[in-house]
Amino acid sequence: MHSNSITLDSWRDALAEKQGNQLQERFMHAHVAICGAGGLGSNIAVHLARAGVGHLHIIDFDKVEITNLNRQYYFADQIGMPKVVALKENLSRITPYCNVTAEILRIDETSVNGLFKNESIVCEAFDKAESKAMLANHILENHPGKTLITGSGMAGTGPANDIKTRRISRNFYLCGDESSDVDKEDSLLGTRVAIVAAHQAHLVLQLLTGYGPAIS
Amino acid sequence: MVRINGSDIDAAGKTLDVYLKEADIDRTRIAVEINGKILPKADYGKYVFADGDNCEIVNFVGGG
Repeated sequence: MHSNSITLDSWRDALAEKQGNQLQERFMHAHVAICGAGGLGSNIAVHLARAGVGHLHIIDFDKVEITNLNRQYYFADQIGMPKVVALKENLSRITPYCNVTAEILRIDETSVNGLFKNESIVCEAFDKAESKAMLANHILENHPGKTLITGSGMAGTGPANDIKTRRISRNFYLCGDESSDVDKEDSLLGTRVAIVAAHQAHLVLQLLTGYGPAIS
Repeated sequence: MVRINGSDIDAAGKTLDVYLKEADIDRTRIAVEINGKILPKADYGKYVFADGDNCEIVNFVGGG
């Protein structure tokens, strides 16, 4: 399939040139879970794969629809495919050396149990507020040692600079403007969603370096 | 006084559930940390705010 593909050595050399050897080593051994493969999750996954993060566990139950294409990392010829399958394909075209576990599953209060066996960092990338809260409560109550990065507040046409990363407590972070609700705004622009996704992905990389923001 | 999301609120002696109703906050969309620790959903009706508590109610909004 990847007739023009790159060798592992050339990929490592390229990452080392752009990011440095030390970061590349840390990223390569990291395991990150992404809950939801929509506007947030698909873009988080692309950023992490490009950075050389070694292992992604991506979970979503949904299929690609035409209304996803304004903000989600899919293509018109993927409409109808399960999102995680389409995303795994797209990531493999960016780099064949990101190990992607694509799981077709609707995460709810029951199915979430035991889901994150290998991952120390979990990215919440759902669309519904209730789902975001459910996952946050589950992780904070049951897995206090795991790092949780949530995304909340990205609808509408407000300033890009309203979107921030905030450390709420030791292992709990929130990215977004914290207020623009898709149920109250008229729009959900790919730009603002991608900014939140980039905040989440960047925080993953920052934490993998061993440093992160202070609690505020 | 109880510090809730950075503001001093006269909520000492009230349960979290009562405060949420008064403030019209939807309990299905939130995660609550008190003094840096998560408060399980099951304890919302039992937890009584004490003077000096620092409470963070993370109110999630939709979109993604």
